[in-house]
Amino acid sequence: MAKLTRDDILKLAKLACLDINGNEAEQFRHELSKILDYVEQLQEVNIDNLEPTLQVTGLTSVTRPDEIIDYGISREALLKNVPSIKEGQIKVNRVLT
Amino acid sequence: MTSWPAIADIANKVQSGGQRAEGLVEQSLKMVEDKQAYKAIIATTAKRARMRAADVDHRIAKGQRVGRLAGVPFIAKDNFLAYGANTTAASNMLKNFDAPYQATAIERLEAEGAICVAKANLDAFAHGSSTENSDFFTTLNPHDKSRVPGGSSGGSAAAVVLDMAPFALGTDTGGSIRLPAAFCGAVGYKPTYGLVSRSGVVAMASSTDVIGSLTRSVEDAAIVLDVLAGVDPLDSTTIQRQAGSYADLPIGLKGKRFGIVKEYMAEDLNPSVRKVITNAIGKLKDAGIHIEEVSLPSLPLALAVYYIICPAEVSSNLSRYDGQRFGHSYKGAKDLSESYNKSRGVGFGTEAKRRIMVGTYVLSSGYYDAYYKRAQIVRTKLINEMNDVFNSVDFLVGPTAATTAFKIGANSENPLNMYLTDIMTVAANLTGVPAINLPAGRSDGLPVGLQLMAPQRQDGRLLQVAKTIEELLT
Repeated sequence: MAKLTRDDILKLAKLACLDINGNEAEQFRHELSKILDYVEQLQEVNIDNLEPTLQVTGLTSVTRPDEIIDYGISREALLKNVPSIKEGQIKVNRVLT
Repeated sequence: MTSWPAIADIANKVQSGGQRAEGLVEQSLKMVEDKQAYKAIIATTAKRARMRAADVDHRIAKGQRVGRLAGVPFIAKDNFLAYGANTTAASNMLKNFDAPYQATAIERLEAEGAICVAKANLDAFAHGSSTENSDFFTTLNPHDKSRVPGGSSGGSAAAVVLDMAPFALGTDTGGSIRLPAAFCGAVGYKPTYGLVSRSGVVAMASSTDVIGSLTRSVEDAAIVLDVLAGVDPLDSTTIQRQAGSYADLPIGLKGKRFGIVKEYMAEDLNPSVRKVITNAIGKLKDAGIHIEEVSLPSLPLALAVYYIICPAEVSSNLSRYDGQRFGHSYKGAKDLSESYNKSRGVGFGTEAKRRIMVGTYVLSSGYYDAYYKRAQIVRTKLINEMNDVFNSVDFLVGPTAATTAFKIGANSENPLNMYLTDIMTVAANLTGVPAINLPAGRSDGLPVGLQLMAPQRQDGRLLQVAKTIEELLT
């Protein structure tokens, strides 16, 4: 396993929309390399004729009727944690600058 | 009073008018206050709890039947959405989050008359094994204040052992109920994956997250499970509960076959823990229980599998915290992209960031097959081995943790060492089987936990044998 570079870390942070500072980048470069070294042991395992497990109890796509259900939760209650609201809508920063 | 009676006895006394719910809630709140030094609690829900207690007492005075948990106080890990206090997940990201609805688990407990009195500390977003990753403070072990309570449900486990309430809710993604139960000396129950609805619980790793309890006894764990279990339309991963009650616990180990997984008893088990576990297993043998050695050859790989799958799912689940709809929001961003990046950069603590980074890496183009997909395939291997073992034995028995509670700070400089504390517990999560921690004895004054596991959907049988074994160990 190649050691991660600082650029690798900054690229990952960008992909994850995560602002990290220089100290964190260095810390994560070191720690992620160790974690990836540890999980490297899986590369040795014989996995012939085995399928991945995504769901352990055997359920497959569970569907429901596409109907509106009233849970008695008001619009106000659902919006009360929104940081910025304008005219009943969630207000966000501009997308293009 | 130093200790709570059995949950069923408390509820019966309240229902029959022999005890007021208001008195129980005050007693619980007083214990929370008296034991503040242990920092098990993030916030109380005192005002709402007192109102609910008055309502329970009022209905009983009118001759109404309230429910099987009438007036029973409980504490919820603070990743359960509940009214009466903010739901923080012990994170700066959700520090001010006021839940607009309650978790199904809380609703089901309340429908039977139980009363939530407080929200317990955890590792932020349940990422950790000690509560040291809480963005607020570290909970102290009830037996030694210089040690961790285990995690991530460390506040819940400590609260129950400190007599703050008869039971607490926890979540277990890689061992987060059983490990703190072992470190604090509580009964910790992790049900079969999907048996309890996770609606309204802050998601961590969705293919292994389960909800369970921390209690003083197996009997109490069984009653709580019986109230919580079953299909919920709000969680499409829920499965059918068993037809009968989980709370019927006829004694009987006759003809039951137990397996000791030899990989669990490998060298890295701490000698003092080994001694207590060997002694406990000796007591089972003395009682005539059939125990044989079995093997899960892929078990040593379980942690590596878990530490790919878990961060992958964590990075996905935490993508919803974007600073726009709820949670920490960075003020002063010049555009939406900066708002996302800064809100997450400030709102998430180090461990959440670390897991997001690892998860993003193992899911990214070019690495997905080598890491995530391969981990899911090795997971299949482990499941196949687990199925094979359960063809020859009915239950597994072994240690819950390789050590007793460690010193605060002992593992915090090395995240990988912290991850290794889950070594005995993750297999149950990866395979979806139910597991329970029972207090097995002490080593240097610190609790040691015995873990039992059963095949998927055998929760009722697991609780039955756990009750018998609990009696043998005490």
